[in-house]
Amino acid sequence: MSSSTSPVSLSPARRAWRRFQRNRLGYWSLLAFCALVLLSLGAELVSNDRPLVVRYAGQTYWPMLHDYPETVFGGDFQTPTDYLDPFIRAQLRQDGNWALYTLNPYGANTINYFAEQPNPAPPSAANWLGTDDRGRDLLAQLLYGFRVSVLFGLALTATGVLLGVLTGAIQGYLGGKTDLAFQRFIEIWGSMPELYLLIIFSAVLAPSIGLLLVLLSLFGWMGLSDYVRAEFLRNRQLDYVKAARALGVPSGQIIWRHILPNSLTPVVTFLPFRMSAAILALTSLDFLGLGVPPGTPSLGELLAQGKANIDAWWISLSTFAVLVVTLLLLTFMGDALRDALDPRKADR
Amino acid sequence: MNPLLQVRDLSVRFGAKEVVRGVGFDIAPGEKLALVGESGSGKTITALSLLRLAGEANISGQALLRGRELLSLSEREMRGVRGGEIAMVFQEPMTALNPLMTIGQQIAEVLELKKALTPAQSAQAAIELLAKTGIPEPARRAGSYPHQLSGGQRQRAMIAMALASEPALLLADEPTTALDVSLRGQILDLLADLQRSTGMAVLLITHDLNLVRRFADRVAVMEQGRLVEQGSVAQIFGAPQHPYTQRLMASQPRRDVVEAPPAPGTAALVQAQGLRVAYPTALPGVRGWFRKGEFVAVQGVDLQILPGRTLGVVGESGSGKSTLAQAILGLLPHGGALSVAGQQWQAPATHNSPANQALRQRVQVVFQDPFSSLSPRLTVEGIVGEGLRVHAPQLSAAERRARVQQVLADVGLDEAQFPGLLARYPHEFSGGQRQRLAVARALIVGPQVLVLDEPTSALDVTIQQQVLALLQRLQKEHGLSYLLITHDVDVVRAMAHEVLVMKDGQVLEQGSVAQVLDAPQHPYTQRLVAAAG
Repeated sequence: MSSSTSPVSLSPARRAWRRFQRNRLGYWSLLAFCALVLLSLGAELVSNDRPLVVRYAGQTYWPMLHDYPETVFGGDFQTPTDYLDPFIRAQLRQDGNWALYTLNPYGANTINYFAEQPNPAPPSAANWLGTDDRGRDLLAQLLYGFRVSVLFGLALTATGVLLGVLTGAIQGYLGGKTDLAFQRFIEIWGSMPELYLLIIFSAVLAPSIGLLLVLLSLFGWMGLSDYVRAEFLRNRQLDYVKAARALGVPSGQIIWRHILPNSLTPVVTFLPFRMSAAILALTSLDFLGLGVPPGTPSLGELLAQGKANIDAWWISLSTFAVLVVTLLLLTFMGDALRDALDPRKADR
Repeated sequence: MNPLLQVRDLSVRFGAKEVVRGVGFDIAPGEKLALVGESGSGKTITALSLLRLAGEANISGQALLRGRELLSLSEREMRGVRGGEIAMVFQEPMTALNPLMTIGQQIAEVLELKKALTPAQSAQAAIELLAKTGIPEPARRAGSYPHQLSGGQRQRAMIAMALASEPALLLADEPTTALDVSLRGQILDLLADLQRSTGMAVLLITHDLNLVRRFADRVAVMEQGRLVEQGSVAQIFGAPQHPYTQRLMASQPRRDVVEAPPAPGTAALVQAQGLRVAYPTALPGVRGWFRKGEFVAVQGVDLQILPGRTLGVVGESGSGKSTLAQAILGLLPHGGALSVAGQQWQAPATHNSPANQALRQRVQVVFQDPFSSLSPRLTVEGIVGEGLRVHAPQLSAAERRARVQQVLADVGLDEAQFPGLLARYPHEFSGGQRQRLAVARALIVGPQVLVLDEPTSALDVTIQQQVLALLQRLQKEHGLSYLLITHDVDVVRAMAHEVLVMKDGQVLEQGSVAQVLDAPQHPYTQRLVAAAG
């Protein structure tokens, strides 16, 4: 007995996590990815065209929470303040006044009307990664675009996993005619031209992320459902399931307590890969102009801009770099996860 | 006489793990040496490393074949030795034969390579070899693919292939383990005949002591990578010196059951009349679209089990004995009359109606493979307590835990041996301990009948004896009735009161254990009993 010395027993999930941690590349990829996601979730605090705090004429203002008209800061108009305006900046630098800007003083859709160079502008001290062809800051775009991509990827993975596990479980556990009917349905459903449906729908309905999520989810569950079905078909034959049936355990309990936990290995293994596939799908659709509505920061749209402005190398290069790093991190995590869940690999 | 093979101080390591430690033995020409040990003792690796087929193993020591050092030969020279001077027969002929070549082609290939015969000559010689191994119609069989042959015929074909190069030494790695009992004796007799006629030496690797006694001249016993004792069969079986060998020799199942029959007129706990179980099968062609065929797995079985008694069901794989067990457990729909504790399974038997639930509490099961019969993702408490969640949902978590601990103590597992026992997962337990857990899971609902489906065939012999002793004790203490399904005549002899012999879904012979095993009537039973030696 290998571990009879340790009184506390590790669950299989804990042991898999240990094995995952031992894979340095995968583990650090996970940490780096989580850090990037956290950073992008707090994007408003990192990259914003409004200052965090403004002290003006003895009073404190919170521009992130409230809109202040320019008149508050000595301007002439009732319009919301543009904090990038050199006049406002000068006002905020006067005696006793100060403003705490975010690290990168641009939001995702901020257009710098006061730029010194024509758009798209190459990297400079004002715009670290340059601007795109509409004068928006590239770094801010990438940060917000990454957030949209990752959140979309997470949501699509979640719906795909839920639907896939549910349908796979039903087919695999019930078997027989139900299985046959579902399989035929999947074959028909899977042969529908997904891309044309997306084009048609984006022409008929107003494009939105929600619509995209629904459409992609409708087709995204099939691959996983096959794996879960196969696992269920295998596991329901095993003796521990027979023993549970001999004990009279209800079907729902058998699925939930016995078969499902033992059938999740392919699901977990595929999570990072599904996520990277989802990110890529969104990027490609955006690139084609079928994706998120205009004005939403998006990596695919940036790639399209890069293609339209070949000489503006900073657009395509930096977007490409963000995509490659994201997908690589996910792939490394997936590899480590696959190793960690491989039953043939013993604990060392 | 100079030894054919001299092995000195052979050690095999996989990474840091040493699986064979300083093993040394000799084989004389024409000698039959048996290498005996439990699974994991390193006996197969020892044989494979003689042929340098042990994968990425790190081999050290000496292995001299007629004075030639095998371990330092070049890979090219080694290829000449493999299948030439040393041939090997594997345990599972289905995976050791190439499924895409006829067996005639596979044997002829060896002949062309090793004896440089022309294709026509080798095809003819292959048929002669097959004839020598006793395959009927060898000329026709040579054109068969492995899946077209029965298990015994496949193993004969493997042996023919090994003999093709007229080896000086044959390594036989569990050559009969994958075969049905009645075939084992035949294959072993064949090996012995061939050994006598060709004068080759045989190294038989096995865990089956009956085979050793029948076949070998000398025995070498391995335990945890060490060779603990060797000597002639008479010496080792008659006066084993090493404690491990003594334990191994004493591991024949012992009979320790209540012999006195219950009072006449006692109602049977399990009673079946004309029991029939059939599976739907797909029909070929268009017919299969509209109806299903039927495969009858069990036909016309009558049986009864009295309280506190054991009915042994003996038969080969495919004889329908496991199907019979599942029907009695109410896991398969069945025809004919079947009552458990005076009650019938309500149709459909697979449905959990209240009446069926009550029956499920009465009849429980222990399966063969302790590795697939416990869910790897549940703790011991979850596994053993499962039955209480269903049949005694009123219990609080603390009461349930107390009952689990009590039943675990009953099967010989407690906190003293395993701190934190209840929170452990199955992977931390050995095969025998897992089988105890499986027994505890069945016992906790207080059944009267326990179906034991090959409860010990996946276990090593010394562990097997312990589990059987546990089952005997539980039967005495709780007055349990057992339906014991097995292919092992020794186990039946130790456990059963009545015996039922099955073949192809039908009962061939039935009676008390003494009647059936000591004076078998049916030729099939006679073969079965004879094979068990």
